[in-house]
Amino acid sequence: MDFISILIDWAPYLLTGVFITLGLTAAGLGIGIIMGLPMAIGQVYSTGNWWLDKIIKSFIAVFVWFFRGLPILVLLFLFYFGIFPAIGMGSLAPFFVGAIVLGLRGAAYQSQIFRGAIQSINEGQMTAARSLGMTKLSAIKNIILPQSFRIALPGWSNEYPNILTDSAVCYAIGVAELLTRSSQIVSQTYEASIYFVCAGIFIILNYAGMKGLLALENRIAVPGFSGSGEDNQVFL
Amino acid sequence: MDNLTFIAEILLPALLTGLVVTIQLIVVSAPFGILAGIGVAVGRTYGGKIPSFLCKVFVMFVKGCPLLLLLFILYFTLPSIGITFTAFQASVIGFIMCNAAYNSEYIRGAIKSVKEGQIIAARSLGMTKYQSIFYIVLPQALRRAIPGLSNEFIYLIKYSSLAFMLTLVELTGAGKLIATKYFTYTETFIFVGAIYLVLVTITTIGAGMIEKKYAIPGAQGR
Repeated sequence: MDFISILIDWAPYLLTGVFITLGLTAAGLGIGIIMGLPMAIGQVYSTGNWWLDKIIKSFIAVFVWFFRGLPILVLLFLFYFGIFPAIGMGSLAPFFVGAIVLGLRGAAYQSQIFRGAIQSINEGQMTAARSLGMTKLSAIKNIILPQSFRIALPGWSNEYPNILTDSAVCYAIGVAELLTRSSQIVSQTYEASIYFVCAGIFIILNYAGMKGLLALENRIAVPGFSGSGEDNQVFL
Repeated sequence: MDNLTFIAEILLPALLTGLVVTIQLIVVSAPFGILAGIGVAVGRTYGGKIPSFLCKVFVMFVKGCPLLLLLFILYFTLPSIGITFTAFQASVIGFIMCNAAYNSEYIRGAIKSVKEGQIIAARSLGMTKYQSIFYIVLPQALRRAIPGLSNEFIYLIKYSSLAFMLTLVELTGAGKLIATKYFTYTETFIFVGAIYLVLVTITTIGAGMIEKKYAIPGAQGR
């Protein structure tokens, strides 16, 4: 059987893998932003209670150090074979384990991106907002975050290709994503050039996503304010 | 068998043999990764149309597709056209390619940060283009690229674990084999993780020292 007919036969199978890969990526980015933003705020601002601050800040620091220092493969093995079975969730599907691990790891990386952006906003703005009678939370929400989010976006966009390519490592715990499915096709048909098709799909997903994020950056950019789209020259 | 004897007599010796392979992978890949990165960055910035296009395609391909997939292509696809690598060779080549692509981006950024006037000045002093690149631009650019390069070195340490997917028993692989045999997943991978954290921390400190050693007083910033 030649390459083209194999490809046509297996195309639906590969396409399902594309959606699973995108699902993993979306989980990584989604959990990352949902957890990463509060973590960044917790790292920068204090609650006023010394002990509470100490606990929150050291917990976040350990969390970030742990998830950034360990290889994704070790994290996946640790959670899939070790931690989840130990807490009685051993029957959790590999997809969810992969999504959770990518998400926690994403949170660790993204919290640092947001933290940098929040710290880049002049402190005087906080003081000014407080002196106008805003509460601390309202100042963070209405003054600091809208600006820092725009500053963070170029760095945050670079998380997309990282998480997309890291999602392929979920192959190791048997998530049926793009790479796993490609290798299954290869072992059934002995047509190893399927991997090039897989690479092509990954590259297309990567660049399409980056173009989309660049468009988003330009869309929400405030003219004359740093953090607009032209800052993003990292990828191309 | 209690936990302590298991750790001391079975786990740690196995992890140590794995660690040796991991360090071999890193030590062989990193220098070539940096050299190739410099080559790609210079080719992309100063090369003619065709070299810079080729370098760009190389970077796009390597950055666009997962490292694990790159390793699979090297190890499983290339034999079908008659090029066969051992697992170690395939991993090293994959790591070098990946490392070079990412390094080249940092170096390229650093090269761009060196003012263009310097090349013009060097040329006007009678240096050839290559002399001015190697003696004027690169010594400054590489210093500025050190933080990025050390970052990539840390990524290299972490991604060396992917060699296990090509059946090469390095640190993660050694841990996985022990964990499967004795059913001690959590303990084993915590130990494996701790070793990676130690490697990463040592690298971070070392990179800081290198950066300080090669810093030129007053030449920081743009």
